[in-house]
Amino acid sequence: MTKNKRRSKAASSHDASTPESTALKDSVGCVSQGDMSPVSLCQAVLRKQLTEGVSTYRNSEKGTHLGEGLHQEERQLLDLLRRTATSGESNSVLVIGPRGSGKSKLIKHVIAELLLDDHIRENLLQVHLNGLLQTDDRIALTEITRQLKLENTLGDKVFGSFSETLQFLLEALKSGDQSSKPILFLLDEFDLFAHHKNQTLLYNLFDVAQSAQAPICVVGITCRLDVIELLEKRVKSRFSHRQIHLFNSQTFEDFIVIFKKLLCLDVNFPDQKFADSWNLQVEQLARDPTITDILRQQFEFTKDVRALQQLLMYPVCQLSEMSPSLSVSDFVESRKLITMDSKSAMLHGVSILELCLIIAMKHLTEIYEGEPFNFEMVYSEYSKFAQRKSSMQVFEKAVVLKAFEHLIHLELVRTVDGAGSRVQKEYRLMQMLIHPTQILDALQKYPQCPTDVRQWAASSLAT
Amino acid sequence: MDGSDPPIADTVSSISESIPCRESQIKLLLSLFGEKRCMTVPAIFAYGHTATGKSAVINSILKTCKLPHVLVNCVECYSSRFLYEAVLNGLYTNNGRQKPETPVKCENMNDFVRLFRHTCMDLHLQNETVYIVIDKAERLREMDANILPAFLGLQELADGNMCVILLSEIVWEKFRCGTGFQEPFIVQFPDYNKDELLRILVRSAPEGYSAEFYQMYLSLVLSVFHIVCRNLSELQHLAAINFRKYIEPIKNGEATESDSRKLWKNFEPHLKKALQTVYLREVSSTQWERMLEESDAGKMMTQQGLSSRTHVELPYYSKYLLIAAYLASYNPAKSDKKFFSKHSDKHKKSKVIKKQERTNNHMLGPKPFPLDRLMAVFYAIVEGKVAPTANIFMQITSLVSVHLLSQVAGDDQIDVPKYKCLVSLDFIKSVARTVNFDVVRYLYDFV
Repeated sequence: MTKNKRRSKAASSHDASTPESTALKDSVGCVSQGDMSPVSLCQAVLRKQLTEGVSTYRNSEKGTHLGEGLHQEERQLLDLLRRTATSGESNSVLVIGPRGSGKSKLIKHVIAELLLDDHIRENLLQVHLNGLLQTDDRIALTEITRQLKLENTLGDKVFGSFSETLQFLLEALKSGDQSSKPILFLLDEFDLFAHHKNQTLLYNLFDVAQSAQAPICVVGITCRLDVIELLEKRVKSRFSHRQIHLFNSQTFEDFIVIFKKLLCLDVNFPDQKFADSWNLQVEQLARDPTITDILRQQFEFTKDVRALQQLLMYPVCQLSEMSPSLSVSDFVESRKLITMDSKSAMLHGVSILELCLIIAMKHLTEIYEGEPFNFEMVYSEYSKFAQRKSSMQVFEKAVVLKAFEHLIHLELVRTVDGAGSRVQKEYRLMQMLIHPTQILDALQKYPQCPTDVRQWAASSLAT
Repeated sequence: MDGSDPPIADTVSSISESIPCRESQIKLLLSLFGEKRCMTVPAIFAYGHTATGKSAVINSILKTCKLPHVLVNCVECYSSRFLYEAVLNGLYTNNGRQKPETPVKCENMNDFVRLFRHTCMDLHLQNETVYIVIDKAERLREMDANILPAFLGLQELADGNMCVILLSEIVWEKFRCGTGFQEPFIVQFPDYNKDELLRILVRSAPEGYSAEFYQMYLSLVLSVFHIVCRNLSELQHLAAINFRKYIEPIKNGEATESDSRKLWKNFEPHLKKALQTVYLREVSSTQWERMLEESDAGKMMTQQGLSSRTHVELPYYSKYLLIAAYLASYNPAKSDKKFFSKHSDKHKKSKVIKKQERTNNHMLGPKPFPLDRLMAVFYAIVEGKVAPTANIFMQITSLVSVHLLSQVAGDDQIDVPKYKCLVSLDFIKSVARTVNFDVVRYLYDFV
């Protein structure tokens, strides 16, 4: 199976370079074995598009306005990598941009473009590192030797201690010159590498890039704008200070184009007739006033493409033989699912006694202007209310304390000085983590809320 | 669909038969999971109150659809290494394979992702979505900072088709940290309302009684407990252990099943008592059942309850030291002169201070006091002459070690340590009674 082969290749050399289109074909070819209807096939393809994202750069050559801004950055990066790959130049660059702005996508795309050249494909070595995985330099070094398949590796095993591996690696790099094979280092979550002890790895990589040794190109990917400030002085001075910024600078029109792109089927879809009618339907959807309204809200909330992908996931998942087209109501439902206030939802499920305690805490916070409170104060506030109103049963202190502890467990209230303070539970100072409007909101929706409790919540200073 | 798999509607109905009132969640999850070969969202975060069927729903979906999955609990896997190894080894055993001869060893995230890829390949799972369910996910926040983001982005990191499902009672906002990460798809499990609780509880009706009769009983139980507790498993437990008491009049022949008023009259005081005892774990459930047999529940309880055992045997001077510590903790220092000086005029001063102006110290909790003040109060209240021997100071430190006092400041200083008194008013009253000392007369709050 093609996919199988691809994966084994990826496992050995961490090759992430397979071009988008073949990957898409793979998945389609793979799933189409089981005689699938066009709808489920379409769902499979869309699911893949929504989890992996679609490249927004490819169209830039065709002259659509989307990705026009990125074209510049793409060319810059491609130039740089090509110079390393062909003429033995050593470079370093940082790609900076917020989460979901397509940093990894850009690099993947650039590498794919780079590897179209046969000469480069045979020569260029790639090392992919991720700050989340290689949490210290020792792990990073073994990973580098593993990916470069150096002499001290046997299959998956890497031999030697940290210092031996480092020395070995540096010697291997030093012995090379301009004619040796160029290496491309990709450091994802670059800011996490800056937290390693002494920044040894970064120092050595940048040092090799600076001096006339084997040609390497260090590409850091990060979402921190101030990442340069994290570097030590000696590391900073060896870095070339070449930065590529990616911002979500699309307008609302671009946003709609992305929306269409994420939902459209491309030319590789086997049933072209279905694909055409599907794309027509997506075009119509994009003009629907409800949809544009939802997209506008989403756009004003975040321009992150990943968030958009998540918004579209639910409607796509609802596709089936029975409902072969995307319905507007599913988009509304999806938006509702995503924007739900989770704290109000949690408040909906607490018991009436716990609700009373929350109201008592709200009153205490209002009266004492945000000063912390303890259980005794809450209890006396509660019992003042419960004794005055006959409808409410007055519960024992221990029962109330159990309810109070449940609220702590749900992290709706929090101890001011951590859990380790050496006072009795009743006297531990607490702070409420719910906003008063959230409480009033939740009270509106609370099922069968006693009227006097509601009134008590509204009248804050009346004791 | 994979031909052999039943269509979604059938799966929904078969699962919701065993887990009622969760149709919409089951439907949502099933549609998100989709077919085995399809890509799924990289991560799902399911939250809801205790016992709202989070793990039950997800487990039964994964089992009924025979999806390759592994379940781990973060309470058991308290360190990252255990977590990785549990996932990797669980993948083998959960999918009908023999355990590998040597259990997989994995120390860090890097190895985990590599080994995870290998394992999937070993088990021929490349073309199916592999699910990793992490229960009690709030514990992940206390582990290494890279674990949560790495699990959320596992689909990208391991370059395969997998879905990480996090279950928690805490809302998602409290998980965000650092520079952010891929947001999971959030699924809420709402609480059961009263009708739904009844519908679920009535399923465990004991044999020999009609469903209506048991429902009647349940609505009585709920009428007392629902205001306080919405936890399904707790209610289930309470309903199960109190049922015997409810049907007692029927067994004795005093009432019939239709005689609901009489049954309620007999049962109500009993339930109220249960609220104060079994619900708070004052008495254990087995004790409670034994009490039901001996019928006179209340009397036994007062003797046996956990919290009623506040009486502690202490040495004579320790008692006085504890009383002195209590007085020093709950009285302001400026009132000491009034209470303990022999020459002060008690009546004149107490009239001057108005009651409203004071803050109630029993509301604010104990205040710290220095050792000197403790000793001064101790000498003022203790009868007879006591030499400040090593024994007295030893007793103070041993009171700290049994958590009746606590040292709050000056851990490193031997001459001016500060203490707080950690006992309740009831406790100190009972201690004072044993030495015939009227502690209330010396408390600022009660004068």
